[in-house]
Amino acid sequence: MLGVIADIKKDYIKKLLEEGKRLDGRGLDDYRPIEIKKDLYATAEGSALVSLGSTQVAVGVKMILGEPYSDMPNRGVLTTSAELGPLASPTFESGPPRPPAIELARVVDRGIRESGSIDTEKLCIVEGEQVWIVFLDIHVLDYDGNLFDASTLACISALLDAKMPKVEDGKAIYGERSGSLPIVDTPISTTYAKLGSAIAVDPHLEEEQVLDARLTITTTKKGEICAMQKGEGGAFTAEEVLNTIDRGIEKAKELRKLL
Amino acid sequence: MKKDGVKLFVDGKRLDGRELDELRPIKMEVGVLKRADGSAYLEWGENKIIAACYGPREVHPRHMEEADKAIVRVRYNMAPFSVPDRKRPGPDRRSHEISKVTKEALESVVLTHLYPKTVVDVFIEVLQANAGTRCAGITAAALAMADAGIPMRDLISSCAAGKIEGKVAVDMMGAEDNFGDADLPLAISPQKKEVTLLQMDGNFTRKEFEEAFNMAMKGCLDVYEIQKQALLKKYEV
Repeated sequence: MLGVIADIKKDYIKKLLEEGKRLDGRGLDDYRPIEIKKDLYATAEGSALVSLGSTQVAVGVKMILGEPYSDMPNRGVLTTSAELGPLASPTFESGPPRPPAIELARVVDRGIRESGSIDTEKLCIVEGEQVWIVFLDIHVLDYDGNLFDASTLACISALLDAKMPKVEDGKAIYGERSGSLPIVDTPISTTYAKLGSAIAVDPHLEEEQVLDARLTITTTKKGEICAMQKGEGGAFTAEEVLNTIDRGIEKAKELRKLL
Repeated sequence: MKKDGVKLFVDGKRLDGRELDELRPIKMEVGVLKRADGSAYLEWGENKIIAACYGPREVHPRHMEEADKAIVRVRYNMAPFSVPDRKRPGPDRRSHEISKVTKEALESVVLTHLYPKTVVDVFIEVLQANAGTRCAGITAAALAMADAGIPMRDLISSCAAGKIEGKVAVDMMGAEDNFGDADLPLAISPQKKEVTLLQMDGNFTRKEFEEAFNMAMKGCLDVYEIQKQALLKKYEV
């Protein structure tokens, strides 16, 4: 899904990283410029467009009334999906979601779900019968690396932007709004790429094409860890995992200020 | 899932009588299938899992082959009868993700450059599930690959730790997983102790994470010893 890159370029990127430098001049702990725009698509209950360097991700929140899960009769439901369509990269193809898109959606979903970001009890209309189902749809528009962090930022921004439709006689009235979604935490994900002995935050496309392994850490407002995912074929030492977590917890505090 | 009045400790012990740092009973057997190039059967607590390895063999479809190395493909699958409510057959999103991270965990130790233009196929079938199937699946898959004679730098051993009622514990069983506060599946290459799979969900403070991480790491090393015994047993005379 990533496309190919010459070995000579890989060696160059690795050499740079091990000297603490990067192709685009950033330091190992620097993100690319981040921009968050909200309230863009009026048909959605909430929306956001996040750019992370050249990576762009649009997220829309749609809410429909439906039945709760039987084991959580008084809670609303969250459903997250991601599309890596051919518009975003010459290496993406249309068709049903493949493992990279599924992994992306599930890692973002875990961050939001496990942080308790949405107070889902407030999404219950009639216990056991009717609750709000919140759909988070991640649409990648431009793929230049690090979709995890861009998507988590876009999702939480869209959730913060969302306005709940009014409910009357068990029906949703989409033209009228009844306040914001009950958002109680703002999880932030930080993704690190390991190449050789170097570990750098926010890999761009070329770094993602050559990295040995990646580690995503999602943290809550309180600085606790609510989701993690290691990816790709390489490995981390225990020390690298713990150091990277410390870096991620600190970095997330900075990113949270952008919301 | 939030617990409502479910107790996970009885008289200071876990529901199945274990201590916080105690693994469930694990049994492994290597070479259990005739047609596969390598195979392993594993019982881990109430989990029953069989894994098979085929290859290195020709890649189908062709476009997946790599000119300079072998590829590793993993299919993790749960039998419809492996869980209390019948699971719809075929891969769901969870299975796709587990297959992907399992493949990544395993391929890190395979000497793929020795067999260009081939595939090492690994199939993991969960026959009975009770929490921790991805760790058990990876552990069984590594055995099946070793049994198939796939050249590997190391085995892969896997174990999870988590948090139940605020306490960090290793190898959670079904009820603990459903009502627990956090889950941290880990896989390592045991000789270098490098992490080849790490996922986490729930809630850990930094300190709890380190405690759970160390506990899972120790669990992986215990699993490694059982794996070695299972491999040696096959070649006993």
